[in-house]
Amino acid sequence: MSGGIFADTHHSMHDPYQPGNSVIHRLDARVKLLLTIALIVTGALAAPGAWIVYVLLLTVTLSAAILSELGVGYVLRRSLLVLPFMLAALPVLFAQPGAALLSWAQLSLTVAGLERFLGVVFKSWISLQAAIVLVATTPMPDLLLALRALRLPGLLVSMTGLMWRYLFLMVEEVQRLLRARLARSSVAADGRRGGGTLIWRAQVAGGMVGGLLVRSFERSDRVYAAMLARGYDGEIRLLPRPPAAVWNVVVLVAGLLFFAFVTVLGVLYA
Amino acid sequence: MPEAVWVQRLSYAYPDGQQALKDVSFALRPGEKVALVGPNGAGKSTLLLHLNGILRGDGEVQVGGLRVEEKTLGRVRALVGLVFQSPDDQLFSPTVFDDVAFGPIYQGLGRAEVERRVDEALQAVHMQGYAGRVSHHLSVGEKKRIAIATVLAMKPMVLALDEPSAGLDPRARRGLMKLLAELPQAMLVATHDLALVAELLPRMIVMDEGKIVADGDTQVLLRDEALLRQHGLEPLLR
Repeated sequence: MSGGIFADTHHSMHDPYQPGNSVIHRLDARVKLLLTIALIVTGALAAPGAWIVYVLLLTVTLSAAILSELGVGYVLRRSLLVLPFMLAALPVLFAQPGAALLSWAQLSLTVAGLERFLGVVFKSWISLQAAIVLVATTPMPDLLLALRALRLPGLLVSMTGLMWRYLFLMVEEVQRLLRARLARSSVAADGRRGGGTLIWRAQVAGGMVGGLLVRSFERSDRVYAAMLARGYDGEIRLLPRPPAAVWNVVVLVAGLLFFAFVTVLGVLYA
Repeated sequence: MPEAVWVQRLSYAYPDGQQALKDVSFALRPGEKVALVGPNGAGKSTLLLHLNGILRGDGEVQVGGLRVEEKTLGRVRALVGLVFQSPDDQLFSPTVFDDVAFGPIYQGLGRAEVERRVDEALQAVHMQGYAGRVSHHLSVGEKKRIAIATVLAMKPMVLALDEPSAGLDPRARRGLMKLLAELPQAMLVATHDLALVAELLPRMIVMDEGKIVADGDTQVLLRDEALLRQHGLEPLLR
């Protein structure tokens, strides 16, 4: 344990935004956001066995990955984030009636269960890919503006923005705490085995988390005071954005029509 | 007796390629108190992090004759008490006792020994009676003292302090200087506080852009206005 990852504050946390000048990068943030939501909704509406919908949506996300010049590899690698969430879908495997493929004790895995499980996994995987392309090609401030433009309440947009702003600070704070702990994780003069008991280590970690919470509360008070001092009244005002260019509107309409078509197709297919 | 700290041709680049230390060499005798000055970004903090192997660059670092390498890290971290600039980072436990006891408990010492170490460390920083206090509620000056106690509890040979007087009011700063003068350990103090240096630290190392640009008698170097200005320091008014 040389402390490499803990000590390395220069590469602490990355902004997912990847600067670029691709057609996806240049697409208006509002259009991208709407299309991303449309894709997720289309996926969510699809029946469990409507494979054609999944395949079509997958071609959309992969095309976006290629057009954005992020590359399919980049998007797929990041989309592995979905794996832990598959665990949450596992009970679905056994919760559907039907003929059992396999059974253990009270549990029986059915075809319907398997289909539903794969449906959930595919839907989340594809939705995540869309979200990855969105955040990798859209700077956060533009995304927040887009959320506001789509009439998300200002308070929620502000909260999201502040969370984003302070997340980085918090990660750095955690790294400094871990570094301080590392600096005092030493061996006695007689070289005896140390490290403390598991319970003690858990207590130390718990203390850190608690301390972090208290400090975050205090910081939020200070930040809010600084906002009030500059006349904050619940709405962050920004310079108006120019309306989206015509080609953006064309992309939006075409995209929405496509997703509507896919949804209908899914209904017919199921 | 081996040197307290011995650094030979140490270079280090951060993973993003930024060269933070270039060919740094110096040594500290046991008990020697040395200032480390230079502008922000000169590499002072990076150098301190090398003393107990939190960062590992090219070159050699020895502490108390022990070479800093993977298998000696645990021992080296006990020998070098690293006091970070922000005591809020250093004090990560709920109470003062928990924080000062962290080092000894981690070392696997018995209960009686841990309590003895905590008592001694708090006594050394004149904070007896603070063991049960919540670190979070202390003043900056008090936190700074407790931060020093947390490393004293490991019985270090060297103290590496990063900006110890930053953010302290004059009284707390005066108290801290008195405390640092009392402590017998060798000391490497990274600071912008040249008045503190003049009073407390007979030797001074000036760093700039990752290199040692001067190393010598504090009183002599502090009179070299050209040197100080060249490296972003302000000569003291006399």
